[in-house]
Amino acid sequence: MTKIIKTEKVQAWYGTEKALNGISLDINKNKVTAIIGPSGCGKSTFIRCLNRMHEVIPGAKVTGKVLVNDVDIYSAQVDPVDIRRKIGMVFQKPNPFPTMSIFNNVASGLKLNGITDKKFVAESVEKSLKMAALWDEVKTRLHHSGMSLSGGQQQRLCIARALAVEPDILLMDEPASALDPISTLRIEELLQELKKEYTIVIVTHNMQQAARISDYTAFLLNGDLIEYDLTESMFTKPNDKRTEDYITGRFG
Amino acid sequence: MTRNNYESALEQLDKTIIKMGNLVEEQIKEAVESLARQDLELAQKVIEKDNVINELELEIEEFILKLIATQQPIAKDLRRIAAGFKIIADLERMGDNAVDIAKTILRIGNEPLIKALIDIPRMAEITQEMLKESLDSYVTGDVELAESLASKDDEVDGLHAQIIRELITYMLENPKNIKQATHLMFVSRYLERIADHTTNVGENVIYMITAARKDLN
Amino acid sequence: MNNLQAQYNKHMIRRKATNYIMLTMMVLCAVIALIPLISILTHIGASGIKGLNLGFITNLPSPVGETGGGMGNGLVGTLILVTIASVIGIPLGVLTAIYLSEYQQIGIFPSVVRFVADSLLGIPSIVVGIFAYVVIVIPMKSFSAFAGGAALGIMLIPIIIRGTEGMLRMVPDSYREAGLALGMRKWRVIVSIVLPTAIRGIVTTIMLGIARISGETAPLLLTAFGNHYWSTRIDQPIAALPLQIFNYAISPFEEWHNQAWSGSLLLILLVLIISIVSRVATRQQKFK
Repeated sequence: MTKIIKTEKVQAWYGTEKALNGISLDINKNKVTAIIGPSGCGKSTFIRCLNRMHEVIPGAKVTGKVLVNDVDIYSAQVDPVDIRRKIGMVFQKPNPFPTMSIFNNVASGLKLNGITDKKFVAESVEKSLKMAALWDEVKTRLHHSGMSLSGGQQQRLCIARALAVEPDILLMDEPASALDPISTLRIEELLQELKKEYTIVIVTHNMQQAARISDYTAFLLNGDLIEYDLTESMFTKPNDKRTEDYITGRFG
Repeated sequence: MTRNNYESALEQLDKTIIKMGNLVEEQIKEAVESLARQDLELAQKVIEKDNVINELELEIEEFILKLIATQQPIAKDLRRIAAGFKIIADLERMGDNAVDIAKTILRIGNEPLIKALIDIPRMAEITQEMLKESLDSYVTGDVELAESLASKDDEVDGLHAQIIRELITYMLENPKNIKQATHLMFVSRYLERIADHTTNVGENVIYMITAARKDLN
Repeated sequence: MNNLQAQYNKHMIRRKATNYIMLTMMVLCAVIALIPLISILTHIGASGIKGLNLGFITNLPSPVGETGGGMGNGLVGTLILVTIASVIGIPLGVLTAIYLSEYQQIGIFPSVVRFVADSLLGIPSIVVGIFAYVVIVIPMKSFSAFAGGAALGIMLIPIIIRGTEGMLRMVPDSYREAGLALGMRKWRVIVSIVLPTAIRGIVTTIMLGIARISGETAPLLLTAFGNHYWSTRIDQPIAALPLQIFNYAISPFEEWHNQAWSGSLLLILLVLIISIVSRVATRQQKFK
């Protein structure tokens, strides 16, 4: 099994407040890895460290190593912009750009990064929308506003937008928490398709969702990695009492 | 289509249960055959095969637990999985009964049979039919087929009572017959137990489909 | 009926009565607040409309007693002054706002900038006029359109800084993060995502600022000074609508009073037109 991401003692702060106490975790290629844990355990912070989005927040700081394909993304020679093109991110709330059409939303990552080949962009938009299982629903109204879509469609639009820049890894920060159950299931189903080509790391506060969709699960608590295992092992015989208490709903 | 993964896992569960059912069916068939032919080697084989079935049961059990833990089945899916859980236990017991029959055959050994076997093969035939039908009803969700097991079970019970009466007469006639007659009584008893387990399977199928409880035994 | 329900019911009539009284008072206040607004507009409209014609917009002022004079030079002057003020105030204000909102939200320097901008908002406009007089008019040894435009521009800066910063802050961070996560550079995110999202709000802010300065009289008294003749040179004194309105209104002549009313109406219409045009120009891209 190829380890596409390796983290070593990743620590993160917001100002003086420490959010991660040293997370060492290897993520497998072409698998879905779920990060679970109660609110404030650092799960979102952790994935934001994986594409250098944590440092975007004023006063935020990261130490430790994050190796992606054996390259330390925090080394001085690395441009965070390049990292973010290789490691896409989908956020909790669907956030299509409000001033752009559906087409331009998906194309934005290409167009605004200097790709001008119109044919290439158009093909890429179609491919990405198809991969995000949205093409059939929007192909006749690509020039309508992205905001005209339903919540679930907007989130798939955001997934298509992230896919268009052809990343290797897709980070998802509670991508279904603002959606209705059917939209949620559609996104979950989509992940199973996407993992054939991408490595997916998904943060979720919904343990059942983690159980349904992931191959591996990591349980974080108060900024520490408590347990990391195959999902089916974690949900049938967790090794740590705290994991057991959390996944059985005894706290958190 | 949503939840493809889950759907295919459910299908796989069905397939594995049927596979286990087929193995048990084969085991019973061979046990009965070994009695008819007094084939001790075959009887030995039946005993050895039990391991495979036991392991398969554990495997399915594990699979079901994972399915419940990761997919949160509800409503008819939950009933299906719960039924599956109970059906594999019944199948395993049937396998054990087949082994018991094989062991009894080994005990009888090569000594000539006190009488030509008529009712026991007849009973074995009906029992095997019942097993087959119970598995079919599970696959197709055919409630009527499952319900029809009840009358067949009565038939088996009738045959069992008749065999016992007959064997008792043989025992009274000649005390030397007592040992073998007792063995044959057990064979009959095991077959009757197997038939009972198939009705349990039928009951679980009915519950799985209609969510209603029905006693077939 | 349980105890709690009974207690609720006890006060029901009183609560309903209070509700109606307060609601009535609020509606009444809203109406009272509208009265001066509407009466100003109707009074200016009624008094100004009869003098407002094409000649009024194109002609120079005429001496007392002669008819047919207009405020053409004042209208052009005001447009020039507002343009100068915009050229100074809009880039300075918008760029400062982008800096405050996108690059340096917290710290001593941004706090100082905000404090100064807030203070500038509260300074009487005549003081800004005196400042421009000292800094520009005296060294140039002449009243000038440039000095007037600069004074108005100085007034415009804090309005635009605070307003635009507020509008930029209203753009959810999630859009910025989405852009950055796609591998866009920060300036790209600001130019292509944040600004288009906030553009209507920013334009509204700018329009409010322009409306505000285009009616200012005090800072122009010591800078643009006023001019009875056509002039479009920015180094010369220039006419302005508010100055002419002021001068005509304090004159003893009935005819000039009427012209002042028409000038006021013209000023209102001018602001209205600029506002409409800029709104149409920045209308959200229409999606079919």
